[in-house]
Amino acid sequence: MAAATTPETVELTGRDRAMLAGDCGEAAAVAMRILITMAGVYGAERLLDIEGAHIDGCLYHGDSGVDFAELLIAGGARVRVPTTLNVGGLDLLHPEEFAGTAERRAKALRLMECYEEMGCRTIWTCAPYQTTPRPAFGQQVAWAESNAIVFANSVLGARTHRYGDFIDICAAITGRAPAVGLHLEESRRGQVVFDLRSLPHALGSASWLLPAIGYLVGERCGNRVPVLLGLAAADEDGLKALGAAAASSGAVALFHAVGITPEAPTLEAALGGKDAEEWIEIGVSDLRAGLRSLSTVPAAPGPGAGRENGSPAARSRRRRRSASDAISIDVVALGSPHFSPREFAELLPLVERHPPSAGVEFVVCTNRLSLVHLEQSGGLERLRALGVRVVVDTCVVVAPILRTPAGGVLMTNSGKFAHYAPGNVGFDVVFGSLAECVRSAHRGRLWRDPELWP
Amino acid sequence: MSAGPAELSGRILVGGVGAGPVLRLEEPLSFWGGVDPATGRIIDRRHARCGESVAGRVLVMPYGRGSSSSSSVLLEGVRLGTAPAVVVLRELDGILALGAAVARELYEQSPPVVLLEAADWEALREGDEASVDVSGRLRIAG
Repeated sequence: MAAATTPETVELTGRDRAMLAGDCGEAAAVAMRILITMAGVYGAERLLDIEGAHIDGCLYHGDSGVDFAELLIAGGARVRVPTTLNVGGLDLLHPEEFAGTAERRAKALRLMECYEEMGCRTIWTCAPYQTTPRPAFGQQVAWAESNAIVFANSVLGARTHRYGDFIDICAAITGRAPAVGLHLEESRRGQVVFDLRSLPHALGSASWLLPAIGYLVGERCGNRVPVLLGLAAADEDGLKALGAAAASSGAVALFHAVGITPEAPTLEAALGGKDAEEWIEIGVSDLRAGLRSLSTVPAAPGPGAGRENGSPAARSRRRRRSASDAISIDVVALGSPHFSPREFAELLPLVERHPPSAGVEFVVCTNRLSLVHLEQSGGLERLRALGVRVVVDTCVVVAPILRTPAGGVLMTNSGKFAHYAPGNVGFDVVFGSLAECVRSAHRGRLWRDPELWP
Repeated sequence: MSAGPAELSGRILVGGVGAGPVLRLEEPLSFWGGVDPATGRIIDRRHARCGESVAGRVLVMPYGRGSSSSSSVLLEGVRLGTAPAVVVLRELDGILALGAAVARELYEQSPPVVLLEAADWEALREGDEASVDVSGRLRIAG
C-alpha cells in the first residue's frame, strides 16, 4: 500500500511547531496534532490562519464528546479567534422544555459549559450567519454545521472547508486550519449546472419550493460544487433553506446561484471560466420527485399522488384533498435552520388566523437574538397564547424536546427537519409550505393548498 | 464467486488494524441521523440498507454525506464498541477520518480509514472477509 501522508509532509511554521511541542499548553498540542493529521488526510501542504470559527462540538451525542472537551479543558484550552457556538443539547433559557433523562440533561449541560469555558460566544445557533458580526467576503474561517458551512461559503463568500465536530475547536484553539478545499480559490469553481430555466415562473420563484430544489441538488451532485442557473431572486431565508436541504441530502458545502450569490455574477464566473462537468435540466417532474423525497408518509398526497400530467386539474385536486384528510398531523416543527425575525413575521398572522388545535404540538426553534426581537415586538406572547412553543439554543431533531411520543407524523417546511426527523426522533414526515403547516396544525389533519402543488 | 485472496493498495487516511465482513453501501451514508451509536444500526429510513448494522463490519461506501456531526457519531461508536472495524471510501471524506483521528487521540484506538481508487473499491463485495494490518495493507480473503 502506498505510504500514508504523514505529518512530515505538512509544512509547519515556527509557531505551529511551538504549539505542537506544548509551548502553548497541552490543549493546543492536542489540537495541533489533530489538525496535522487532518491536513495529511486532506493532502494539505500547509496550514493557514483563520479569523473566526463556528463550533458544532457543543452538541451532546454521547459521552465521548464530553470526554474530548474535558481533555481540552484539562489542557488549558482557550480559543484564539472569535468563535461562536452551534446548538447545544438543551434550551438553557427554558430548561423545563427538556424531556430527556436527568443524566442526559446533566451531560448535555456540562458539554455546553466546557465550550463556554474555552471562551466561545454562547449564541447557541445553527444560523450564526443571521447574527452579527458575520464573516466578510473572502475571509478565511473554520466553520462546522453543514447548513452554516454552505451559507458562509455560498451566500457570504467567506471561505471554510466542510468541518465537523472536534476539528472546529482545534482550529479555534490554534487559529489555524489545513490550507485545502474550499479555503482555496481553485476548489470553489462550480462543477455541475442545474438548469432551472424551463420551470414555470410561478414555481421557479416560489420560496417554499427552495428546500425541494436544494434537496434534489444535493441528491444529484453529491460532493461537487453545484451552480443553479435560472433561480429566481431569493432572500437570505430562502437561500438558507435551500442550502440546508442540499447539505442534508448531499455533501454540498458551497453552491453558486447565478445572479444571486457573490461568486456567481455570471455563469462563466461561477464555473471559473471552465466547462461544466455535467449539465442537469430541472423540470416540473424533477421538482415533484424532490418533493416526494421530502415526505416519508407513503400516501402523502400532492406530488406523490399525481403521476405526471394525468387527469384534469380539478379532479386531481379533489382527489388530493380527500387523500390529505386521511393523514393526521401530530407535530408541526419549524426552524431548521433557526427561525429568523422575518420568518416569525410571516408565521404570526398565519397562526392568528389558524391557531393550532389542542391535539397538535407546534414548536418553533430559534436563537436568542430572534427571541429578543420577538419578545420586544409582542409576538412571543401572542404565539405562546395561541399554543406555539418557542425553543431556543437547541432544536427538536437533536435533543429530546418533543412531548409527542415517536411514531406519529411530523409536518415541516424545512428540508433539513424532513430529512433528519425520521432517523433522529422516529417520526414520519410530511413536507409543506409554511401556510400548509399552520393550517394542518389547525385541522389536526394534513391540509394541502390546491393552488400550490405543481 | 470469489477470485481468491487479493491485496488492494490505497491511501491510509487514519491508520489502525481491523477485520470483518464487508458491508457494502452503494449510496453514501451520513452517520449523524443515519447510524445509532448505541447499536451500530443504520437508522436512515431513506437508505437502502436501513436496519443493518455497521458494528464490526468493513464498511465500504463511496463517501459520507450530510451533517458534520458524523465524526461524533463515529467517535461514540468507538467508545461503545459499535463502530465499523474498517472504513473504506472511494472519495476523500474528512468527517469520518476526523472521528477516527480523535478516537485515536482520546481512546488510543480507532477503525482504520482507507481511501481506494474506484476500480479497487468496486472489487470489495458484500460479505467478503477483509482486513487491514498495521502496515496499512488491505486484504480480501479468498
